[in-house]
Formats: sequence, structure tokens, C-alpha cells
Amino acid sequence: MNNGAVITTEDLVKHYPVGRGAFTALDDVTLTVERGEFLGLVGPSGSGKTTLLNIIGALDSPSGGSAVVLGRDIATLSHGQAARLRNEHLGFIFQTYNLLPVYTVYENVEFPLLLVGMETGERKRAVLEALEWVGLTDKIDSRPAQLSGGESQRVAVARAMVKKPEIVLADEPTANLDADNSHNILRMMVRLNEQLKTTFVFATHDQKVIRYLRRKITLNDGRVIEDVTVRPQYDDGEVSDADR
Amino acid sequence: MLTAKLAFRNLMGAGIRTWLNVFVLSLAFLVIIWFQGLIQGMNEYAMQATIDYEAGGGQFWHRDFDPYDPLTFEDSHAALSPALTEATARGEATSILVTSGAVFPEGRVQPAVLRGIDPGQQILKLPTEYLRSEDEESIPAMIGTQMARRTKLRVGDEVTIRWRDVHGTFDADDIRIVQIMSVPAPGADAGQIWLPLERLRLMLQAPGQASYVVLGGDVQAPPDGDDTWVLRDTDYLLKEITELVRMKSSSSNILYGLLLFMALLAIFDTQVLAIWRRRKEIGTFMALGMERARVVALFTFEGAMHGLLALVAGAVYGIPILAWTYAKGLPMPALQGDFGIAMPQALYPVYGLRLVAGTTLLVLIAVTIVSFLPASKIARLKPTDALRGKTR
Repeated sequence: MNNGAVITTEDLVKHYPVGRGAFTALDDVTLTVERGEFLGLVGPSGSGKTTLLNIIGALDSPSGGSAVVLGRDIATLSHGQAARLRNEHLGFIFQTYNLLPVYTVYENVEFPLLLVGMETGERKRAVLEALEWVGLTDKIDSRPAQLSGGESQRVAVARAMVKKPEIVLADEPTANLDADNSHNILRMMVRLNEQLKTTFVFATHDQKVIRYLRRKITLNDGRVIEDVTVRPQYDDGEVSDADR
Repeated sequence: MLTAKLAFRNLMGAGIRTWLNVFVLSLAFLVIIWFQGLIQGMNEYAMQATIDYEAGGGQFWHRDFDPYDPLTFEDSHAALSPALTEATARGEATSILVTSGAVFPEGRVQPAVLRGIDPGQQILKLPTEYLRSEDEESIPAMIGTQMARRTKLRVGDEVTIRWRDVHGTFDADDIRIVQIMSVPAPGADAGQIWLPLERLRLMLQAPGQASYVVLGGDVQAPPDGDDTWVLRDTDYLLKEITELVRMKSSSSNILYGLLLFMALLAIFDTQVLAIWRRRKEIGTFMALGMERARVVALFTFEGAMHGLLALVAGAVYGIPILAWTYAKGLPMPALQGDFGIAMPQALYPVYGLRLVAGTTLLVLIAVTIVSFLPASKIARLKPTDALRGKTR
């Protein structure tokens, strides 16, 4: 099935200056991601997963090669254009949730819509719908400090999904969660992927996440060493003892 | 609008941190206004008291009269010009005769300036009516509280004074203190002994003569002088005190700046701390699609809103305090006479529109600038660095 490429990288290179030399975080990475994929960039720490995710998310720029996201060449985007791309088309989920501490759950989820400039009534409907997806409608007035880790990450998912972005980029989204919460979050993401056809790109080395992927791109020392389509190995039942 | 809304939301969400900053800023704002109002009140009082008790609405001086050179006093008096005589007769002016002399309290000599003034005059606010005395044996005299402290004289005391008449002959007589007056103008008090004009004229053998003539405040056009009499307008007479006020204002401006600096430091500190503490939040803002300019605007707005909230808070608890001090004044008997300018027993601050509006505007502009500086640093942060919690 080809739904059209939303992400294309070609000979993508990223160097970071280290002392007088440079550290190569990405080395000739070439890949294509189709719309609606549920894929993971996997590999050990330092393999370049997060760097690749940051470039796809227009948070960083490549040192060489090209990265085209939704038809936009990341290397040529101005700060403003990159911000607009993130604002209008991308959703981010972070390992440490990155919720805005002084905002309530409702306000956190509402925030991206404020930046988009959505009208009040429509915004309220969208926020409540997103909170319904993640099952947190009873927590709308809570602040992040009052939430558990699992609840916080569900708020982060709702915030990423509220504007129904074309791509969601998730960096180690379950690293701080226990097995139960991890599976709940992942099952929710699979459901949203299926319902909304949102493309999910994970950067992870967590086996719990890897079992949910339909495509696995393995990186090592900044290079793609394996890019395979896999069959998800989860069931909708209880969490297995191995995950606990 | 969105930036303002988010800034307000951030400030409210920050809770006690916001209110502490607002309190410090509002306190500094109030102290600045109160202190400047006090200085303003002191200056205005000093000016008015000098006019009321010394300068009047201008003066005609004998051409040789120099109030700072007592040695000239003997030769610097003359009969009034016809115009000045008429003005005095109409009650629009009053003559004052001055000579240098000495007073002998408790047998010790102290220099003094003897001033003769018409007991019935209404030009200066001195209580000269006390100088009307039926007692022919001793000369009624009036001194100020400073002079009384220095000479240890009290009402009813008799003391010897010495002077030289127009022929240069020393003479002496006893005076009786009929009134110790509380004069806010030091020039009418320190070293001064006030006597009835006609008695001093008699003592000096200078009938109908004066050293200077004080004009009333409501005299529109001063009478013509002649070669002997030189007009000194209020600008000239208040030059010294104007200079003193300017000097005092300069030093108060330093305090003004210092208070403002301390308040701004609190805001700057908060904003700089915000960069360090909220860098991950800033990274999140950027990741969610907030443009750099808006991040700068957001943080600048947050700082400026501290200023706005401080103004509101300052108005809520400050207006009653300022109004109370305006009505009751600040008692300051210990300072009276030690300032070199006229000082009342209670100092009443004056809160002019210029002071309040100027300070308000200055605080707001300064707060916005010190908020912008760290915010502009944020704008240079890479989103990935901010998300990792780096500051550069």
C-alpha cells in the first residue's frame, strides 16, 4: 500500500562539532516514510535516533544530504517556516512529557490550537475530543504535578494529537512508564493511527514499543543497518509477565 | 493578544513567585513616589516659607546692602524714596533696618544681627505684633527658637545688646524677650534679634531710614526705586534656596535611581532565572510551533505584566498610605533647623501628576527593557538545546 511519502531523506548527514573535530551523528541516511505508517527508529543510545527525529521534526537542520518532510526541504526552512511546519503539521511526544507546569491539563492540550489560531468553540470541542481519546476528561482542571507518569504521557499524547497532525514524532515515549502504562499508551497510539491515519515515528530502544511497530529501522553509529517491515506482536489483552 | 493571554496565564500559574515580584516592584514604586513626594513637599515648603518669612514678593535693597557682609550694614541704610514711602504707607511694603551688634547672654558675648521691623506690618508672616510694647524701660525683642537655643534665652529674660550708631559710637541697652517665635525660615531665626523699627532707628540715630524694603506678595508692579534703591525680585532672592533645592533633588534622584535599580534587578533576576529554569519549557514552546519572536514577546510581556500588576497592587494598598501621609504629614521636629532650608514640624509630601505619571511610565518602560534583555537571549537558543535543558 502506497499512501504517498510524507518523509524522505537522502544521504542525510549530521555532524556535531566536538573540540576541533566533529562527531558524525547521522551518516548517509536514506529512507522514505509513507503516510499512516507506525514505525520506529531503533538502536542503542548514541545511534542517531533522536538526531534523525529532530531533523524530521525541523528542530535541527542537516549538515548534508536532504530531508524533505511533507514536501518541505528542512535544510532550506527559515526559523519561522520551521516553526509553522511544526505548528501546523507535526506533533511531538517526549520522554519526559514536557507538559507546561503552570497550565492545567485542558490548557496544555489547548496550547497548540492557540498557536494555530483556532476559534474558541472549535478549540474547546477539539480539546475535549482529544482528552476523550486518552481517557482524561475527568482531569481537565488538574495540573501536571497532580498527575501520575502515565496520565502525564496521555496528556502529552492528547496535546500531540489534538490538531490532528499528519506526523507524530515520539522520542522514547515509554521510557519513564511502567509496563501497564506503556501498553495503554501504545494501544491508544495504535488506535489513533488506525482511526486518523496519522503517521507515527518513534525513536526507541524499548522492547515494549518495538512489539507494536509495523516497520523497524535500526540505526547504529548513525547508519541505517536494517529497515524491515514487521508484524506487530501485541495482543489487546493483559500485559504479559515478561513486560512487567 | 495571544501573547498577552499566554503571558498572563504564565504569570497567574507561577503563583507566589509572581506575587513576590509584584510586591517587591510595587513597594519600590511606592517608596519612590512617596520619597520623591516628600522631597517635593520639602522643596515647595522651603520655597514658600522663605517667601512668607523672608523674601516677600521682592525687595528693594539699599545699593550698598549686602546681607552676607555685616560690616556694610552700618553704611547701607537711607531714607526711603518717595515711591517706597508711599508703598509703605499703603501697606504694600514694609521697611527693615539692619545693623550688626552683639548680645550678652549670661555675660558672654555672641554676635547678632539686629533687625528693626514695623510691629504692625502684614507683609511677612513674622508675629511682629509682640513688639508693640508699652514698657519704655526695656526694648521689646523677638527671637527665633534656634537663636533661643543658642543664647539660652526665654520669654521675659532681659539681656544686654551692643551696637554702633551712625557715627560709629558704641552703645548698649537692655532688651526684653517678648516672644520666641517658631520660624521655619532659618534666615529669619539664626543669629537674628528682631526689634521695633522706630526703636532701632532711634538707637542708630537713623530716623526714617531702612536697609531694605520688603514688598507684599500681591504687589503687581513694584514702585520705582532710585539710584539708592535696587530692586531684587523673588528669583534673585530665592536663588540660593533654589540652588540648595536643586542639590537636594540631585541627591534624591540618586536614591530614586537606586530604588528603581533594586526593583528592576528583582525583575531581571526573575527573567534570567526563568531562562535557566524554564529552558525546557521554552524548548517545548518551540517544538509546539511557537516562533522565536513570539517567545521573546511572551517573556517580555511577562516582565512588563509584572510592572502592570505592580502598578495595580501599588494603587490598591499604596493610595490609602500615600493619602494618609499627604493628610497627616511626616513629623520631623528633630530635623528642624538642621537642613539649611526652611523645614516644617511635619513634612507634607506633594504628589504631582508629573511625579506619579513619570514614575509610572519609567517603571513600565524600564521593566519592559530588563525583561526584553534575557528574552532576546532565549531567541538565540536552538530548540534541541532548549529541550535538552542547555542554555547555549
